[in-house]
Amino acid sequence: MIEVNDVHKSFGDTEVLKGISTTFEKGKTNLIIGQSGSGKTVFLKCLLGLFVPEKGTIAYDGQVYSDLSADEKSELRASMGMVFQGSALFDSMTIAENVKFPLRMFTKQSKSEMEDRVQFVLKRVNLSDAGNKLPSEASDGMQKRVAIARAIVNQPKYLFCDEPNSGLDPKTATVIDNLIQEITEEYDITTMINTHDMNSVMEIGQKILFLKNGLKEWEGSNKTIFKTDNEAVTNFVYSSDLFKRVQKMYLEEDEDQ
Amino acid sequence: MSYIHNIGAYFLMIKEMFRKRTKWSVMRHLIFKDIDDLIIGSLGIVAFISFFVGGVVTIQTALNINSPLIPKYLVGFATRQSVVLEFAPTFISIIMAGKVGSFITSSIGTMRVTEQIDALEVMGINAINYLVFPKFIALMLYPFVISISMFLGIIGGMAACVYGGFSSLEDYITGVQMEFIPFHMAYAFIKTFVFAFLLATIPSFYGYYMKGGALEVGKASTTSFVWTSVMIILLNYILTQLLLA
Repeated sequence: MIEVNDVHKSFGDTEVLKGISTTFEKGKTNLIIGQSGSGKTVFLKCLLGLFVPEKGTIAYDGQVYSDLSADEKSELRASMGMVFQGSALFDSMTIAENVKFPLRMFTKQSKSEMEDRVQFVLKRVNLSDAGNKLPSEASDGMQKRVAIARAIVNQPKYLFCDEPNSGLDPKTATVIDNLIQEITEEYDITTMINTHDMNSVMEIGQKILFLKNGLKEWEGSNKTIFKTDNEAVTNFVYSSDLFKRVQKMYLEEDEDQ
Repeated sequence: MSYIHNIGAYFLMIKEMFRKRTKWSVMRHLIFKDIDDLIIGSLGIVAFISFFVGGVVTIQTALNINSPLIPKYLVGFATRQSVVLEFAPTFISIIMAGKVGSFITSSIGTMRVTEQIDALEVMGINAINYLVFPKFIALMLYPFVISISMFLGIIGGMAACVYGGFSSLEDYITGVQMEFIPFHMAYAFIKTFVFAFLLATIPSFYGYYMKGGALEVGKASTTSFVWTSVMIILLNYILTQLLLA
């Protein structure tokens, strides 16, 4: 579980995060949504420890990040997995080597144990036969799955995904969404996803945090988002006719029940 | 102000390079890879340039000695002094700033643009140690490259001298062996170690701290080449003044 309490972050005179408090629960897919410039990426980087908030605290299962020593911070970071928007795979390594990398860096496993774990994880993301390929030889969807495999190979407690569906076709995007949700539930990890994809919001948003101008505007789930009367959320989520119709259908179905 | 900021950031990067080291089993592979990329991969161009520039130095020296009172073996002596003292350590280092320096800046810069450095940092890895330290260790073998450059420069000069008919082989060899001062070799290799440090760290600095996209990677490579060359020339002057004057 991650508890965020009154987090503020500025760059120069620009205050990007103006006091965000929330809780991300274990075993759930937590989605962070909001318009471009709302502070989502900065918030995610604060959660990752890449940016240090000027004010407020972030606690990981009770451990307040700012109170930890440098070694404790490194240890905590080793328990985090991150899926970057552009996958961020190491181009000089094969897919299997990319996935093996966190094991080589942070564990004392033997070569065969590492190989077994890599094969297990690659199989989990349906890439059993792609281990010897270079990232440049893989499609965008495959690269995203490799990034997920690398993020979970060392059994992280926390998984962060920055727009995991961007640039993917709808079918592949759904595969990635389902994979993230399955992994979150299977390994009981705390997952945070920064997204613009409304399909993800509807499908896997067990908790949704909506940011606006660096503030928490609304929070709920993919069930409650249909019923919200928050104007900023409805204007953002139901900006297209398609999603307006989806909302209408959902509310009609809900009334019938 | 930005120059002062960059100088401060550069020294902080060097301090960070020695902190929180990467596991040896991983680092070993990185060092071998960088030795292959930076040292072995440079031998061809260094050998080619050294041989022919050694020849050109010999020809120009021979053509400028018109007086019959000046002995022919002076051609070999002048070639040796030029190659050992300046051409091999300094001129080759400037070329390496272009070849190796731009490779380092663009490879680290591309990692920055594609978030690979962020990925390392998120994992809790000291990205500066992981990326820069192996290059620094690999370039500690740079004097080996310079030794080859010195040898081939003198051989190139010998070939040009003998086959160009400027003097006999015996005269050239006599000149090369004449009044040899061992400290000149020490001076050349002290310079080489200093330049190796610059070649590893300045391009890494410009790659690591670059911001932007693909276009900025190209700009960072150019800036890194300019500053590495400037620092090599400047330190060449300072070291020469300190060690030889």
